[in-house]
Amino acid sequence: MTAPILQVKNLGMSFGGIRALDELDLEVNSGEIVALIGPNGAGKTTFFNCVTGIYQPTQGDVMLNPPSRSSIRLNNLKPNQVAEKGMARTFQNIRLFQNMTVLENVMIGRHCRTKSFILGAILRNKATREEEYQTIEKSYHILQKMGLEKQANDLASNLSYGAQRRLEIGRALATEPFLLLLDEPAAGMNPQETAELIELINKLQQEGQSILLIEHDMKLVMELSHRIYVMDYGRRIAVGTPEQIRNNPVVIKAYLGEAADA
Amino acid sequence: MFSLKETKRSALISLWFMFLTFPVLVIKVDAIEQTVYWRWENMLYIGLGSFILSIFGKIFFERQKSRRERQIAEKIEKHSLIQRALRDPKYLYPLGAAFFLFAVTYPYLFSTYQINVMTTALMYVVLGLGLNIVVGVAGLLDLGYVAFYLVGAYSYGLLNMHFGLGFWTVLPIGALLAALLGILLGFPVLRLRGDYLAIVTLAFGEIIRLIMENWNDFSQGPSGISNIPRPGLLGFDLTLDQAITYLYYLMIVMVLVTIFVVNRLQNSRLGRAWVALREDEIACQAMGIDKTKTKLTAFALGATWAGMVGVIFAAKTTFINPASFTFLESAIILAIVVLGGMGSILGVILGAVILILLPEYLRALSDYRMLAFGAIMVSMMVFRPQGLISNVRRHYHYRPKKEQQK
Amino acid sequence: MDYFVELFFSGLTRGSIYALIALGYTMVYGIIGLINFAHGEIYMIGAFTSFIVATVLSIYGFPLLAIVVLAGFAAIIWSSAYGYTVEKLAYKPLRHAPRLSPLISAIGMSIFLQNYILLAQTSDFLAFPELIPDLDFMEPYAHVVGTTDLVILATTAISMLALTLLIKFTRIGKAMRATSQDRTMAMLVGINVDRVISMTFIIGSALAAIGGMLIASHIGQINFMIGFIAGIKAFTAAVLGGIGSIPGAVLGGFVLGLTESFATGYVSSDYEDVFAFGLLVLILLFKPSGLLGKADIQKV
Repeated sequence: MTAPILQVKNLGMSFGGIRALDELDLEVNSGEIVALIGPNGAGKTTFFNCVTGIYQPTQGDVMLNPPSRSSIRLNNLKPNQVAEKGMARTFQNIRLFQNMTVLENVMIGRHCRTKSFILGAILRNKATREEEYQTIEKSYHILQKMGLEKQANDLASNLSYGAQRRLEIGRALATEPFLLLLDEPAAGMNPQETAELIELINKLQQEGQSILLIEHDMKLVMELSHRIYVMDYGRRIAVGTPEQIRNNPVVIKAYLGEAADA
Repeated sequence: MFSLKETKRSALISLWFMFLTFPVLVIKVDAIEQTVYWRWENMLYIGLGSFILSIFGKIFFERQKSRRERQIAEKIEKHSLIQRALRDPKYLYPLGAAFFLFAVTYPYLFSTYQINVMTTALMYVVLGLGLNIVVGVAGLLDLGYVAFYLVGAYSYGLLNMHFGLGFWTVLPIGALLAALLGILLGFPVLRLRGDYLAIVTLAFGEIIRLIMENWNDFSQGPSGISNIPRPGLLGFDLTLDQAITYLYYLMIVMVLVTIFVVNRLQNSRLGRAWVALREDEIACQAMGIDKTKTKLTAFALGATWAGMVGVIFAAKTTFINPASFTFLESAIILAIVVLGGMGSILGVILGAVILILLPEYLRALSDYRMLAFGAIMVSMMVFRPQGLISNVRRHYHYRPKKEQQK
Repeated sequence: MDYFVELFFSGLTRGSIYALIALGYTMVYGIIGLINFAHGEIYMIGAFTSFIVATVLSIYGFPLLAIVVLAGFAAIIWSSAYGYTVEKLAYKPLRHAPRLSPLISAIGMSIFLQNYILLAQTSDFLAFPELIPDLDFMEPYAHVVGTTDLVILATTAISMLALTLLIKFTRIGKAMRATSQDRTMAMLVGINVDRVISMTFIIGSALAAIGGMLIASHIGQINFMIGFIAGIKAFTAAVLGGIGSIPGAVLGGFVLGLTESFATGYVSSDYEDVFAFGLLVLILLFKPSGLLGKADIQKV
């Protein structure tokens, strides 16, 4: 068996004495959908921020093992370098470029896979034109996959909530990540939109996309995940298949409190 | 259509402003003559003026609100007439040709004085377009833009004085020096948050001016540098009138080049990254955009234009001193960008033309010029933050290439 | 030694004025997160109002004490009125706009007010009447510290004490503290946030007016441009102390005043303003949270 593509060892993060993450271990294997769940304030988003370089973790290692390349240590990398290395994310509270068009949002995702710079922009030579064409082409295909191609030239702010979430996923996919991190992709969605989202994530997984997601919607988590990590108070309290997690007393206790034992 | 309540409200507002402006507008003292002038007529003007303005302001707000609600309800992007005309080649080309014809024949139609004024306006167009990259597109509020303008002007002044370098040699050097300073300043400064960035750039601008004012050995201090030669034309000797006309055409070319370049930059991979950075820095970085590098290019490119116009400014006035490069100059350029519409090329051109030419031709207004600049900046932010001509995002269309399927 | 003491006192005097103006910056920043660029102009208007009132009264032959008190009150009243109006006109409509919009609006307001005074009054330097007579018992020390220095220090100390009491013990003070911590939450518990913001502008402007009058009578002349430099320096003081922190603004004011005084006294007076600007740049670059401020964690 090959090494897991994301390997987090002993990760710790403290904000002025408060430990938000404590000795956290996590692995994602290639092609897998892994969910990270836990009560509010358990440190899930902090974990994402540490892994993607927005925060610098105070201890531990984050290793990325791209297929057929040597592994990369992600600590101390800036967010843009993390994205370049092949890990892209979405945000819990949607962070689209509201005043850019839907297509442009996805084209921004292509930025780290393209090269043209000042001279290219001014001279608009053949290489630049070709690159620009491919950026549009790839971005458009991603929009098709997200079912957003009809709104390609609308402003992102004019999209419905569910569509904005899908656009964020599309924008992340445009960076060609081999690991996609989704931060509560179903938050605020109605059941219809959630069902569409499940279908979309399933489709991505079948195409070989590895995914790590944070989610509160248990239906989505149980339906999609191969493995589930459970966090509470910055610690990992359980890991296992959906079936194991469902019946794990520690998890039930964390979610429902002491009363559940009685 | 106006209720009693509204009228009462406006009356109260006008009373308030009469009270507010009472000491400074009504009383004027002469301490030496020991006399007091009471200018009660001013109070009347203020009372009437603020009454009318408050009514108009109210109406404007109501209309804007209902329009916004309608737009949200109908989910349409409204484009103004001008924007639609520009999109459509049927209008764009004849319009462009007419403008071009006007610009070319301008020196034959008007006096030298008018040509000079127009050249100044064109310089502000270029400065505005340069600052527009930084403020309008990339969203970096640079209040020290005039520093780069100063660097350009002094490059020409000093290099010419010490080494006898000519205009055409210094033009690229000035641009380069300004860009270098942009990078040098930008490196530490650009990681700061927006409002701190504004203050730090302001401080840098002032520091550079103060150094020029006090470092006599280097810059000749407040007395400045005079006798800077006008640009030459292939070694011909030009009369003063010819030189002014020549400079005018030079500026026309410069404006065209700037529009071309800025337009291409905006519609490129880099330009998109600037806009994205303005919209959301964190998301931008998470999508793999190098924040520092992207900001730095915007900053340095903006500086480049200021540097070039600085060289031209020195050549046009033949005399420079630090007093031409105060914070107010930065504020004027910023007002142009804000009035025209951040990120909009046409808007900036319009902004420069209005703000520079209007006070020039309406002499009565020229005393109120800076007052109006301030008022414009406030009211644009409050009533029309997108500017006169708002920037419209470009539409991209994907057309599969057939010939590529070999 | 005398020279040192003289510089020290002149630094303290400058510092008090910076502190008085810096409080306005820091309070407004603490509550709405805006660099109130027009604040220096409020100070300038305070100086002008007190100048006009004082001159008018002295022409009509009022006694000195009445002149000082009335001019001071007029400066406070009108500066507060301007501060209040500026907020309502230029900042309140932009409360939910992108962060840079109110800043641009503030810059516009600053330019507007400068030119308003220029047009309404004059562009010349005006001689400010001497409001504080030299006291007899100060005579032996006059070569190192003047009476005005003493008056400025005392007035500043009283103003600071009053402000501290106001913020610590009154209802509005409590509401201000709550609003600066979390505006939405303050609104939810029934605090009238608009009123709190207005009050902040009024208090800040009143302090600036006191500063304006004091410095004008100290230096002896005013001009419509005095607000710009004083504003930047006071802002430097606010940032130096940690913007948003009230004790920080006072500390920053004194540190800046003393630094400037010694730097111009011992190094060179040509670059007086460069010191302040340079200090501002250095703090923002290396310790943007200032001496007493808290570093903020970016929420994602």
